[in-house]
Amino acid sequence: MRSSYWRRLLADRMATAAAAAAAVLVIAPLVAVFGYLVYRGASSITWAFLTQAPKPVGESGGGMGNAIAGSGIILLIASAIGVPLGIGAGIYLAEYGRRGFGNFIRFTADVLNGVPSIVVGIAVYALVVVVQHHFSAVSAGIALGIMMIPTVTRSTEEVLLMVPNSIREAGLGLGIPRWRTTVSIVLRSAISGVITGVMLAFARVAGETAPLLFTAFGNQYWNWNPNQPTAALPLQIFVYAISPYDEWHRQAWAGALVLIILIVGTVGMVRLAASRGLLKGTS
Amino acid sequence: MGVGIEARRLNAWFGSHQALFDVSMDMAANHVTAIIGPSGCGKSTFIRCLNRMHETVPGARVEGTVRLGELQVYNGTPAVEVRRRIGMVFQKPNPFPTMSIYDNVAAGLKLNGLRNRRQLDEIVERTLRLAALWDEVKDQLRKQSGASLSGGQQQRLCIARALAVEPEVLLMDEPASALDPISTGKIEELIFQLKASYTVVIVTHNMQQAARVADLTGFFLLGRLIEFERTQKIFTTPSDKRTEDYITGRFG
Amino acid sequence: MPRTRFVQGLGELKDKLLRMAGLAEQAVDHAIRAYQQGDARECERVFETEELINLAEHEIDELALDLLAMQQPMASDLRFILAVIKINGNLERVGDQAVNIAQRVAEVIKLPPADLPADVPHMAELASGMIREALEAFVRADAEMAQRVLIMDNEVDRMKRETEQAMIEQAQRSPQLLRQALDVLLIARNLERVADHATNIAEDVIFWVRGADVRHHFGYGAK
Repeated sequence: MRSSYWRRLLADRMATAAAAAAAVLVIAPLVAVFGYLVYRGASSITWAFLTQAPKPVGESGGGMGNAIAGSGIILLIASAIGVPLGIGAGIYLAEYGRRGFGNFIRFTADVLNGVPSIVVGIAVYALVVVVQHHFSAVSAGIALGIMMIPTVTRSTEEVLLMVPNSIREAGLGLGIPRWRTTVSIVLRSAISGVITGVMLAFARVAGETAPLLFTAFGNQYWNWNPNQPTAALPLQIFVYAISPYDEWHRQAWAGALVLIILIVGTVGMVRLAASRGLLKGTS
Repeated sequence: MGVGIEARRLNAWFGSHQALFDVSMDMAANHVTAIIGPSGCGKSTFIRCLNRMHETVPGARVEGTVRLGELQVYNGTPAVEVRRRIGMVFQKPNPFPTMSIYDNVAAGLKLNGLRNRRQLDEIVERTLRLAALWDEVKDQLRKQSGASLSGGQQQRLCIARALAVEPEVLLMDEPASALDPISTGKIEELIFQLKASYTVVIVTHNMQQAARVADLTGFFLLGRLIEFERTQKIFTTPSDKRTEDYITGRFG
Repeated sequence: MPRTRFVQGLGELKDKLLRMAGLAEQAVDHAIRAYQQGDARECERVFETEELINLAEHEIDELALDLLAMQQPMASDLRFILAVIKINGNLERVGDQAVNIAQRVAEVIKLPPADLPADVPHMAELASGMIREALEAFVRADAEMAQRVLIMDNEVDRMKRETEQAMIEQAQRSPQLLRQALDVLLIARNLERVADHATNIAEDVIFWVRGADVRHHFGYGAK
């Protein structure tokens, strides 16, 4: 009996060690990547880098200011499309879509989720860019917005389904119309989960490069017109990284680091605002 | 003042399963009517037919008429209006978790368009007093969430919330079954006072509770109304053997 | 079988009451035999029996209180327990009446015997019989039987009046027999009270049973 005790203790210890090791293995690449980015790029992040447009080839200096701004515009447009549509679809699926048509929508959303980003880019290219005869931030926003929808929809639906039915009944019992109950009571209860879903979707599309190739196309200069080709951070990083110039390589590292910081920063700020109750809506 | 509510030949189904058979019952204005019966006898289904909550279940169907004074509950009246005039308190207290106490009570009003701050304040205070909750929460109205109260307080909050929209009838589906005896006592006391201004219909599986609070009692069995009498008569000399068996606990 | 404890409690209550009724009857019997035979020992037996009756009354009250407090009886159960409590009180008072008779007999024995025109044994038989009938009605939950007991009371009342009259006349005719006559008169009154208690018991049975439209297929109809 004593020996089986020691055997079990050993097994327990080994399992714990294995779990810890797995955890480390998961974090390690993240730490490695981030660490390396910092190593290669931190020194290049200057105020000039953040606020200036690229200089012509051969000249040193310049930055990705326009790409940062461009990404901002594109992501704003993408959110304006992806968030309302995604939440709306999520509400439909959770509250009204338990049968046939709802299942079809759900299936479609899952399929859309699996479509490679480059295919989305090409599709938007054909449907928007070609029709408009020019590249634009708008078309990039459309492409990224489309990619946000499935994630937002599915997470909204899931979170709404977790709201107990007793809450809905309480709302209906007060004589509040169904739609109002759904929006002002049910959705409101689940809002932090919805925000998480939105942030997930945002973080995912913020770093997408392939669709931007065919829609935003990139721009050397500052451009505030969303209907013109626009620079975007991932795009710029890509272009610089595959170029033969060291100067551009250096800036690519810096750009990658900035991109990561901006994404993490945005998500973090939204989380902070949510936890402080700023996003719960007014009484 | 409360208005009486009348059900005539009410039948209800869940899909193909019939849950109520030809139930006719008069619930008198400003009286407390209790509905008792074993599990599955249709008592909750019945009151949910009164305020049109039954039909919110997919596949559910109702036939027959329910009249609230002049108003036909079915047959043309929007469900939303019915539910404003016939309020409901549920078995498990269900305050809105992300709203403060104030917002909970005001929810029915605000979400139906009332914005006047002073009016809302007045109604919130009045109904919280009516629900015997005002003194306990008056300092934390806007800061405390509805869900942070104790079970008995939550239920009283739900009662205040239901009363805020000024219904004429209050339906209560086993309102105290999830509560401790002291909270139960407070709620029963509340019901007794409410009947001065409202018509109360309460479903309960606790016969002693029905005996304590109700003026009239109806006994349901397998979807039918077996006996409907003054409470005092049902509990001392019931007319139907099935009622007697249930009341004396010889129900097997 | 649901509510086993409660049903057993009700059964126990019934048994105790029946046994107590038996004691009450015995007490009356002993008292009358004491009168007939002039036997002081029978008087003693009455006193002993009465003590047992008091004990039984106490037990029954306790058990009834328990059931009321703990079991929340309703409808016919509630009426039953209420009836038992009242019958309990009546039976105890029957015991008291038997004691009164025995005390009176104890006095009479000391006096010279007198042949008085009073049929005390017959009256006692009637009164005792009424108690038996009332308890039988209780056991059978038979309201009609209980109703008949109410009628029997008329006979006992008549006999009491007759005895009173006879004893008064006797005392006037033979003043030296005044004390005996008085004793007989008082005994007659005690017996009349026993009959009254039997009547009360019968009424309690009717109260319990008549409300019960449901328990008995004889169907007594609504109140």
